[in-house]
Amino acid sequence: MSGIWVFAELRDGKIIKVVNEMLNAGKGISAKLGENVAAVLLGSGVESLAKDLAGMGAKTVYLADDAKLKAYTPDAYAKVVVDLVKQHQPSVLLFGNSAVGKDLAPTVAAKLGVGLASDCTGVEVNDQKKLVFTRPVYSAKAVIKVFCRDNPQMATIRPNVLPPGELDAGASPEVAKAPVALSDSDIRTIVRDVVKSAGGKIELTEANVIVAGGRGMKGPDEFKIIEELANVLGAAVGASRAAVDAGWRDHHDQVGQTGKVVNPSLYIACGISGSIQHLAGMKTSKVIVAVNKDPEAPIFKVANYGIVGDLFKVVPIMTREFKSMLAQ
Amino acid sequence: MKIVVLVKQVPDTETKVQVKPGETAISTDGVTYVINPYDEFAIEEALRIKEAKGGEVTLISLGWDKAAEALRTGLAMGADKAVHLNDPAFLGGDAHATAVALAKAVKKMECDLLLCGKQGIDYDNHQVGVRVAELLGVPHVAVVTKLELQDGKAVAHREIEGGSEVVEVPLPAVITCQKGLNEPRYASLKGIMQAKKKPLAAQKPADIDASAGEVGKAGAKLEVVSMSMPPDRPAGRIVPGEPEDAAKEVVKLLRNEAKVI
Ligand SMILES: Cc1cc2nc3c(=O)[nH]c(=O)nc-3n(C[C@H](O)[C@H](O)[C@H](O)COP(=O)(O)OP(=O)(O)OC[C@H]3O[C@@H](n4cnc5c(N)ncnc54)[C@H](O)[C@@H]3O)c2cc1C
Repeated sequence: MSGIWVFAELRDGKIIKVVNEMLNAGKGISAKLGENVAAVLLGSGVESLAKDLAGMGAKTVYLADDAKLKAYTPDAYAKVVVDLVKQHQPSVLLFGNSAVGKDLAPTVAAKLGVGLASDCTGVEVNDQKKLVFTRPVYSAKAVIKVFCRDNPQMATIRPNVLPPGELDAGASPEVAKAPVALSDSDIRTIVRDVVKSAGGKIELTEANVIVAGGRGMKGPDEFKIIEELANVLGAAVGASRAAVDAGWRDHHDQVGQTGKVVNPSLYIACGISGSIQHLAGMKTSKVIVAVNKDPEAPIFKVANYGIVGDLFKVVPIMTREFKSMLAQ
Repeated sequence: MKIVVLVKQVPDTETKVQVKPGETAISTDGVTYVINPYDEFAIEEALRIKEAKGGEVTLISLGWDKAAEALRTGLAMGADKAVHLNDPAFLGGDAHATAVALAKAVKKMECDLLLCGKQGIDYDNHQVGVRVAELLGVPHVAVVTKLELQDGKAVAHREIEGGSEVVEVPLPAVITCQKGLNEPRYASLKGIMQAKKKPLAAQKPADIDASAGEVGKAGAKLEVVSMSMPPDRPAGRIVPGEPEDAAKEVVKLLRNEAKVI
């Protein structure tokens, strides 16, 4: 049993951010366990990405390249990953807590009959050289620490929580090509179509800065001032459920228990009261700014900086100030 | 069409969570319990399919005595019967042990379609539905916001980053449900009266051919080391002044003090 493996998830042909975060954590774990860090790369025509993974710290890249792996399907991907695990017996297997990771990790764990710690925000190595994972539960109102009884010790890791590593442009990996033995009958789940929501937006779960609006925005057009601030900051736009339920924003923008769990460095909440369900999605943000006209709004209890006032006045001024600050 | 729905009872989100020192679960004192909100979408979808195409809806829950209340609520919404995996041996498990028990219970039933919530809002594991599908050897589609059944197959819209996928799977299959799929109904008074007469069977490990060692805490593959309250966020500060001054000041603080810009 040896190896700390990170699943190298791709989106639109690119390695997603959390992969670097996991590989960087893998380096620390590797030093303590005395095992190598490896990446598992699946896709079609993706071999050139192996070098990038080496730059992030993967000593070995297990590569499965096949036309049947072009689009993610749990059937195909889980079969390939499980075959690799059975052959090489890694002791750790990490996935990002993304749509794919949340689907693939439990599928693989079930096939292997092992435990899985979901949506972890921390990992440490204990005296018995076991990984101990930290995870928020009960809408982030409590935190548990867990470990896996068996190998591979599996977890999905929340994006944007573990620090990313420096890239080493000179690194080159050992590429281990994995045979892919997939027949059509192995793949029961067929992706018929992928529908993109309105284009080119920064993914909330990976965003470093988020500007979010709630019921206090009053309407869909008013979100323009949020978008302008977001543009200046290179931020993603989020929304409370009230704004989504009112039809002002798409459900993909919703932050909270029934929306997305986000973890940016900076979260600016405008006209959001700060209900438990909203906090469940953003409470672990590093710095929170709240703009709300109600001084009693619960959001101020979690905000590092609060402005009591009318967001229609405050937000445009912030936009102007950031713009001139960033222009300097 | 025989539809099975997995239902979990969870603390209401508004509940104040308390952890006693040394404990690895929250204190149950004063906690109100509800059906996991995502499971309500699953129950509603099952009822709509039954109303459109005929069939039967069976609920299964694993949990302590009180979890029967969640099943009664589901029956009052319109489900036909319910099974309650109710034995101390079932409790304290992780997603693996829970899925093993639920899959064994499902194997004892006829099932053309299995619906459940995308995750429980207590432990947020988002694993059980997918694991049950694997254990039953059927395909799954997770985080579904739209579902259509055609002969022998399901076409489901599944939420992904930046959009959705349209995925087709043959039946039987497991579908895990997300907000957007439907608007769950409330139980009517008539429904509540009728629910009292509907069958709700309590089952023990032996009833589903499970050994006590493979379910609940004994069968878990994850071990909880500790549970605690998260550290309080440092007290924030209201930046005083007129909008102009306050906004300017916060922008400066974000750069010079918080160093996030
Ligand atoms: C099972 C369940 C799941 C849920 N999941 C989620 C979830 O995922 N995400 C989520 O967000 N909510 C969720 N909710 C809903 C949640 O309980 C709240 O209803 C919701 O978050 C409120 O949104 P809001 O803060 O935008 O609106 P409100 O609570 O109405 O707050 C609006 C705020 O705007 C302020 N305001 C108004 N005008 C101005 C102005 N001109 N300038 C400045 N401030 C102004 C007001 O003072 C107020 O504080 C869920 C609820 C349930 C029951």
